[in-house]
Amino acid sequence: MKFFTEENLELAHEIIGRYPKPRSAMIPLLHLAQEQEGWVNDDAMTEIAELLGTTSAEVLGTCSFYEMFKRKPVGKYVINICTTMSCALMGAGDLMKHAESRLGLKSGGSTPDGLFTLEGAECQAACTEAPCLQVNYRHQYRVTPDQFDQLVEDLASSDSDIPKHGVLSQIRQHIPEDKFVGSTPPEDVVSAPVWLNEDGGRE
Amino acid sequence: MSESTPSEISVTINGVQVEAEPGEMLIAAADRAGVHIPRFCYHERMSPVGMCRMCLVDVDTGRGPMLQPSCMVPVADGMSVNTESEDTKRAQEGILEFLLVNHPLDCPVCDKGGECPLQDQTMAYGPGESRFVEEKRHYEKPIPISDLVHLDRERCILCDRCTRFADEVAGDPLIHFTERGNATQVLTFPDEPFSSYFSGNTVQICPVGALTAAPYRFKARPWDLEQVESTCTTCSMGCRVAVESSRNELVRYLGVDVESVNHGWLCDKGRFNFESTNSSHRITTPLTRDNDDPRQLLGSDWGSALALAAEAIQQAGPGRVGLIGGSRLTNEDAYAWSKFAKSVLGTDNVDAQLGDGLSAEVVLALPLATIAEACNADTVLVVGPDIKEELAILHLRLRGAATKGQTKVVEIGSTPTGIEPYAHRSIRCAPGESAKALSELLASDDPLAAQLKQGSLVVVIGRASLAESEEPTLSLAASIRAELPHATFLPALRRGNVRGALDMGLAPGILPGRTRLDQPSPALSANWNTVPTTKGLNTTEMLRAAASGDLDTLILVGADPLSDFPDRNLAAEAIQKVKTLIAVDTFITDSVAQADVVLPATAYGEQGGTTTNIEGRISRLTQKITATGSARDDWMIATELAWRLGGDLRLGSKEEIWREIEQVAPSHSGVTLERVESSEAHEGILVQRSSIELDLPAPGTPPVADGYGLRLVSGRKLWDAATTTTYSPSLQPLAEAAALRVHPNDLQRLGISSGTDVRVISTRSTEIITAIADDSIERGTAMLPFNQPGGGANRFIDAAAMVNDIRIETV
Repeated sequence: MKFFTEENLELAHEIIGRYPKPRSAMIPLLHLAQEQEGWVNDDAMTEIAELLGTTSAEVLGTCSFYEMFKRKPVGKYVINICTTMSCALMGAGDLMKHAESRLGLKSGGSTPDGLFTLEGAECQAACTEAPCLQVNYRHQYRVTPDQFDQLVEDLASSDSDIPKHGVLSQIRQHIPEDKFVGSTPPEDVVSAPVWLNEDGGRE
Repeated sequence: MSESTPSEISVTINGVQVEAEPGEMLIAAADRAGVHIPRFCYHERMSPVGMCRMCLVDVDTGRGPMLQPSCMVPVADGMSVNTESEDTKRAQEGILEFLLVNHPLDCPVCDKGGECPLQDQTMAYGPGESRFVEEKRHYEKPIPISDLVHLDRERCILCDRCTRFADEVAGDPLIHFTERGNATQVLTFPDEPFSSYFSGNTVQICPVGALTAAPYRFKARPWDLEQVESTCTTCSMGCRVAVESSRNELVRYLGVDVESVNHGWLCDKGRFNFESTNSSHRITTPLTRDNDDPRQLLGSDWGSALALAAEAIQQAGPGRVGLIGGSRLTNEDAYAWSKFAKSVLGTDNVDAQLGDGLSAEVVLALPLATIAEACNADTVLVVGPDIKEELAILHLRLRGAATKGQTKVVEIGSTPTGIEPYAHRSIRCAPGESAKALSELLASDDPLAAQLKQGSLVVVIGRASLAESEEPTLSLAASIRAELPHATFLPALRRGNVRGALDMGLAPGILPGRTRLDQPSPALSANWNTVPTTKGLNTTEMLRAAASGDLDTLILVGADPLSDFPDRNLAAEAIQKVKTLIAVDTFITDSVAQADVVLPATAYGEQGGTTTNIEGRISRLTQKITATGSARDDWMIATELAWRLGGDLRLGSKEEIWREIEQVAPSHSGVTLERVESSEAHEGILVQRSSIELDLPAPGTPPVADGYGLRLVSGRKLWDAATTTTYSPSLQPLAEAAALRVHPNDLQRLGISSGTDVRVISTRSTEIITAIADDSIERGTAMLPFNQPGGGANRFIDAAAMVNDIRIETV
């Protein structure tokens, strides 16, 4: 069963081409898969393994290591409320309770309409703006319960510029082929790196 | 200290000065010095990872003592190490307390209990009690990660040994750490089992009971086991094994680490097929035909069965009798049969190979390499069967050498193989045209040609496809000898102790000790009654003669021509025509079922002696259990038969036989019984001499394919319908039915979709087989495994043809 759309498959090949070893493209491809579906399913991992010439188990090993790769479906918007020290002191606990009752779920759950997933998270490096949260990893600062309700309304009515979960950037960078890694060795490299040896870096 | 050359590094371990190699890890240097540092993750055949921290020791490099993991710290000159300091002890206690936090301590029901490094090292270095009173981590236990291996994640201490083995050594990274932190666990991908040919090794190296082998689960406790060191004879690699039994039943094999051959690893077939020795299907008593109903084989006694066999042999006379088989035998047994046939019967119609190898004269005359030489040669040229399927541990060694950059593997063949992903170059040619492909390469200005001509070169050579005659391979050997005279060879021989059987003269035109019929050693002439003067028939010729009524009696010594001879139709005709078929075997195989007299032989584990691997390395087989029923060693059967035929082999024990071999076989001269029984045999005694001169036939050209047919290529799979696999309950389900693999374009051209049944037609047979599209197969060829449950390629092959073509049609 094929996972990637035709367009994404083409992109996947382009991404693989950027690296001297196909396996190096594993995390970028996992992001691409997550961008397509909002989460990474087993078919995605199997196809990534095929594309990279490795096994699905290795892709699973990498994918499951990182919290931000979701292996279960999540809402279009993943809301992470910071629960670490500064935010906790500034009312993150109350905010979380409010959020749970507003969305009608427990932390870690998703709304039945597939719009929201609520999670508690560790420090988001915005302690001066506590309490803070992230929607699909975009910060919201000094969030009050009222502001939270407004945020949820805006997101629900698509009156927001936050892209759906999985989209890292709305600007797609394409790297020209002659700038791929290894296409021109840097001048100051005295001895060729291992991946430029005669085997073409074959493992 | 600064005076020392880089080849000598001196470190002080617990006050004792130890010389070490540059780059050597501290733990290895300590091992050599006899200082044991506890460890879980470190394994001398894999790269260090420093996962478990058990090997922390105090290392002082001039800046004061500091705890460092000795598996990750290379020795440095002047290093002072204390493995018994207070700090080290506290570290060891701490690490063990951590490791035991989540370990379930279900030792009383754990297979590893009693031989568990975690148990042992906790006793030796542990704190005695734990401060952890909370609930331990829980997982479903155990989960099968393959048909042969079960995983208990609660017991796992995350040492990375199994996952490292799968990735680094086996090249099948199908198990991996998943999740992170406290949730880290070893897992396969969902629905993608750890179906590696080498999965059993992970069970052996697991330092806890997390990985257990299905065939051994709850079978025995380590303190009930008895162990002997022996050699595996499943294929011709000769891996060293420890054979373990409990209550006179084989229960487990473990790989023994020898530098020369297997580095401690075993393939799963060799590791688990001990089940067949214990099988209730073994032949336990002699069998003869029922006088009232000749379709029935009835239990008999040795006296009558031997008398019947002797009578049939007597009546046939030396010219009309033949002996096929011998690869199951020890060297001693092979010698006894050889002496029986050539000295007592006076026939030279003997052949240990089943028409699936290269002529004995060629095998015995090729200048030999060793496996270690192959792994360190500039180039290894693989021309022959898929070694991952047929010589799995040779594949493991060559793969390891290739990935480490020690050697470059180049292969010439017509179908994809297991070594291809690691090969420097894979040259594809049409079946039967490998010689042409090599000559073209050598004549080109390809840098590879220069590399082959100049650098050291080892050629792994064997019959690439059972659907072609030996001629193309011999042509290739001829062109290698002509153009690359510095090459040495590793013959990719099929089945157990073929090398030993050929060495002992179980081949037409050959006498024991790698000599031709016309050059018997003086000792042999003195010992033997007669020596045949004219060269006899090989297996193909014997079967052909039997089919046309020119042979009356055939003796099958552990041979099953109906399953193993490339041309099943010829074998069937021969077996049907021959007046008396005598089978000496362990199981009722297809061929044995047709026999008139069946004599039960001892199986692996029930017999002692020696065996010889592809390199000519002699190592010991050790008897562990008593023979099943009234089964006898082959040498006894040969001696009894000889005696009934009025000859005396004058052989009274395996030791006596070896003494005689050492005397009469020029190649084995000097390899005394004392040496064979000494510790020298642990690594094996290399015997590579031969007095046969290599004489290769002039190359022929294979016929041109007609454009409608597909040229058939066939080889064996590791999991096939081999007797020991079939009678090992854990392995039998792993063998899949044969499927015909064809290039998708060829299928499309014929209007056939992948996965459907097709009619396969050859000059020999027409049968219905599932066809599968596979774009790794060259156009115009078709690949069909040789011997799978329910049938295989041997139905379609004509042994007389140089290459075999088939046609396929929709059903």
